[in-house]
Amino acid sequence: MSLVIENLRFAYEDMLMQFDLTVKAGSFLAIIGPSGAGKTTLLNLIAGFDQPLSGSITFNGNQICQLQPARRPVSMIFQENNLFAHLDVFTNVALGISPRLKLDNDDRDKISAAIARVGLDNMQKRLPGELSGGERQRAALARVLVRDKPLLLLDEPFAALGPALRADMLDLASELHTERKMTILLVTHQPEDARRVASHTAFLDNGKITVCEETQKFFQLKNYIELGDYLGR
Amino acid sequence: MTSTHLPKPTIFALAAIVTIIAGGFGGLVFVAATGISDTDLVFDSFFFSIVRFTLLQAVLSTVLSLVLAVPVARAFSRQNSFWGRRLLLWLFALPLSLPALVVVLAVLGVWGKQGWVQLPFGISIFGLSGILIAHVFFNMPLATRLILSRFDSIPAENWRLANQLDLPASAIFRIIEWPVLKSALPSAGALIFMLCLTSFTIVLTLGGGPKATTIEVAIYQALRFDFDMTRAVFLALTQLGLTIILLLVAHQFSSIAPQIPALSNRNWRLDGQQMQARITDFLIIIAASIFIIAPMISLSLAGIKADLLHILLDPAVHSAIITSLIIAALAALVSLIICWALLIHSAGKSVYISMSASIILVVPPIVLGSGWFVILHRFGDVFSMAPFIVIIINALMALPFVYRVLGPAMHHSARQHDRLSASLGITGMARWKIVDWPVLKKPFAIALAFAMALSLGDLGVIALFGSEHVRTLPLLLLQKMGAYRSHEAAGLALLLAAMCLVLIFTSEKLVGENRQ
Repeated sequence: MSLVIENLRFAYEDMLMQFDLTVKAGSFLAIIGPSGAGKTTLLNLIAGFDQPLSGSITFNGNQICQLQPARRPVSMIFQENNLFAHLDVFTNVALGISPRLKLDNDDRDKISAAIARVGLDNMQKRLPGELSGGERQRAALARVLVRDKPLLLLDEPFAALGPALRADMLDLASELHTERKMTILLVTHQPEDARRVASHTAFLDNGKITVCEETQKFFQLKNYIELGDYLGR
Repeated sequence: MTSTHLPKPTIFALAAIVTIIAGGFGGLVFVAATGISDTDLVFDSFFFSIVRFTLLQAVLSTVLSLVLAVPVARAFSRQNSFWGRRLLLWLFALPLSLPALVVVLAVLGVWGKQGWVQLPFGISIFGLSGILIAHVFFNMPLATRLILSRFDSIPAENWRLANQLDLPASAIFRIIEWPVLKSALPSAGALIFMLCLTSFTIVLTLGGGPKATTIEVAIYQALRFDFDMTRAVFLALTQLGLTIILLLVAHQFSSIAPQIPALSNRNWRLDGQQMQARITDFLIIIAASIFIIAPMISLSLAGIKADLLHILLDPAVHSAIITSLIIAALAALVSLIICWALLIHSAGKSVYISMSASIILVVPPIVLGSGWFVILHRFGDVFSMAPFIVIIINALMALPFVYRVLGPAMHHSARQHDRLSASLGITGMARWKIVDWPVLKKPFAIALAFAMALSLGDLGVIALFGSEHVRTLPLLLLQKMGAYRSHEAAGLALLLAAMCLVLIFTSEKLVGENRQ
C-alpha cells in the first residue's frame, strides 16, 4: 500500500530530471528544495498534467501513468486558481462530485457537509472574488473532501498567506489527513511547515530527490552539504 | 498537454483561410500567366500615374494627420482636466467607427460645393484636396489618441521633477515629450499609411476622375467598367507588392492593425497651468474639435431634413437593410467561428496562427475579391456567388479585430482553467457549458458586435460583386449619390451611421462591463 515512483524521467528545457520515490500510504510527505529544482514538475507528473519520457508511477500496485488526470486517484491544490471565478463556492465544490453538475439530494448534503467541515458554512453562495485567499483555499479543500481520492497533492497552496493563517491551514490539512487517512504530498518553501505537519520530508535538488527521511531525522542530518546550504546552517 | 498536433477545428479553419487566399491568388496568377502577351498595354503611363498617385496621397495624408495630431495631443495632454474633455476624446474615436461612405457625405456637407465652407482659390473638393480632407478627418483623431495614450504613460515622477526644476516648455518638449513622440510616431504613421494606401471608398467617391485614382479604385474600374481583366490583375499584384513591402518595413514598429487605445484617467502633468499655455491649448483643441464635429453635425442635420419616413417606406431600402443585416451577421458569425477554431486548445500561442488571423492586412479585400472575380468570371456566374464571397471576405476583414478580443480572453481562460478542468474531468460539452461559455460570452458578444459593424459599413467587396439582386445599404447609398439624389443619400447615410454606432456602443458598453 504505497505510492512508488521509479526512474521517472522528464526534460524541461535543458534540464533533465529523474525521480525515484516511495511514499507509504497514509504518510504526510513534505517536499522542500530550491526554486526551479522540479518540485512542481514532480506533482504535475503524478497528477498527469505532464507526461514523463519514461519510468513508472504506481499507486497501491496499479500503474497510473497512462491514465487521464481525472481518472487518477489524485486531487491537487495549486497555489492559486483552484476555483472557477464565475461559479459560487457550492458549485465549485459540486464539480468535485459531478463534472456535469448532475446532483441528487445525497450529493447536496455531502457538499454542504464538506463546506461546513472546512469552516465556510455561511459562504456557499459567495463567488471566489468575495472570499479571502485563505477562504478560497478552504473551498478547494472542501472539493478535495467530496472527491474523496486517496492521494492529495498540495503545490505550495498556502504560500501566499500570512504566518498565522498558514499555520491554521496546515493544521486543517493535517486533521483531514488523519480523518480521511489520505496520503499527502506537500510542496513548500518553508522548512517549518514540514516540521509542523509532515511525517516524512524529502529534499529535491536539481531534478533529483536526494534525501527522503522521517521528518525528525531529516532535520538532524549533518553531513549533507546541499541540504545544509539550503537550510542556511 | 505537450502534444504538438493541431485539433481538428484548427486544421479546418486554417484550411478554409488557405483556400480563400489561394483561390484569390490562383485567379490573379492564372490570368497574369495567360494574358502575359499584352503586358505592354498594361504597364503604360496611366498605370504608373496610378501607382504614383496612390503613394502620393498616402504620404500626404499620413504627414498631414501626424503634423496636426501632435499639437492637438499635446494640448489635450497639458490640459488634463477640463469639463467636456472625456466627451471630446470620445468624439475623436467616432470617425473611425463610421462607415467611410458616411464620412464622405459628412465631409461634403461642410467642404462641398453647397457646403458650409468654400475652399479657397476655386479648388474643388473632388480630387486630391477632398481625399486629403477625408483622410485627415479619419486619421488625425486616431493619431491624436495614439499619441495621447503615450503621453499619458509618462511616469508622474517626470512631471514632478520637471515642475521642481521649473523646466521651460522648450526643455519639456526636448527632454520629456520628444523621446515619447519619437517612439510613437513611426508606428502611428505606419498604421495611417496602411489605412490610406488601401483606402477605397473615399478615393472612389472624392477622387473624381482618372487624375486622382488609386490602385484599388482602378482595379474596381477595370473589373466593373472596362472589363479589362489583365489590367486589374497586374494592378492587384502591384498593390499586393506595396502592402507586403510596407508590412515588412512596419513590422519593426509592432502591430499595424488599427487599435484605439483605452484612455487612462490618470495624467500627472503640471505644466499647462499658465495663462499663455491655457490659451494656446484651448485654441488648438477648439479648432480640432470643430474640424471633427462640424461634419457630423452637418450630416445629422441633412439626414433629419431628408424625408426619413419616405425613405423608410421605400421597398428598395427595406431589402437593402435586410441584405446588409444578413450579410453582416453571417460574416461576423463566420469570423467568430474561424477565430474560435484557430484559438482552441493551443490558445493561439503559435505565430502561424496569429499570422493567419491577420492575413487580410497583407492581402487587401479588393485584391482578394478581384482574384475571385476573375476566377468566377472565367468559370461561372460572378454575381450568383456574390453573397458567399462578400460574407467570407468580410469575415476575414473582421478576423484581426475578433482575434484581438478573443485571443487574450481565451488564452487567459485556458491558462486558468485547463489544469483544473483536466483534474476534475470536466470535458467536452460540460467544459463548454460550465467553464468556457460563462467566461467567454462577453468577449464573444463584443467581437460579434464589432465585426457586424465593420461588415455593415463596408463598401469594397460589395462594390465589386454587387448587383440589383444583392444590394447592401452602402451600395444603395453609393448609387443614390451617383444619381445626385442627395436628400435620400443623406437620410440613408444617417440610417447607416446609426446602425453602426448602435453596434459599436453595444460593444463598448460590454467592454466596460467586462473590465469590472
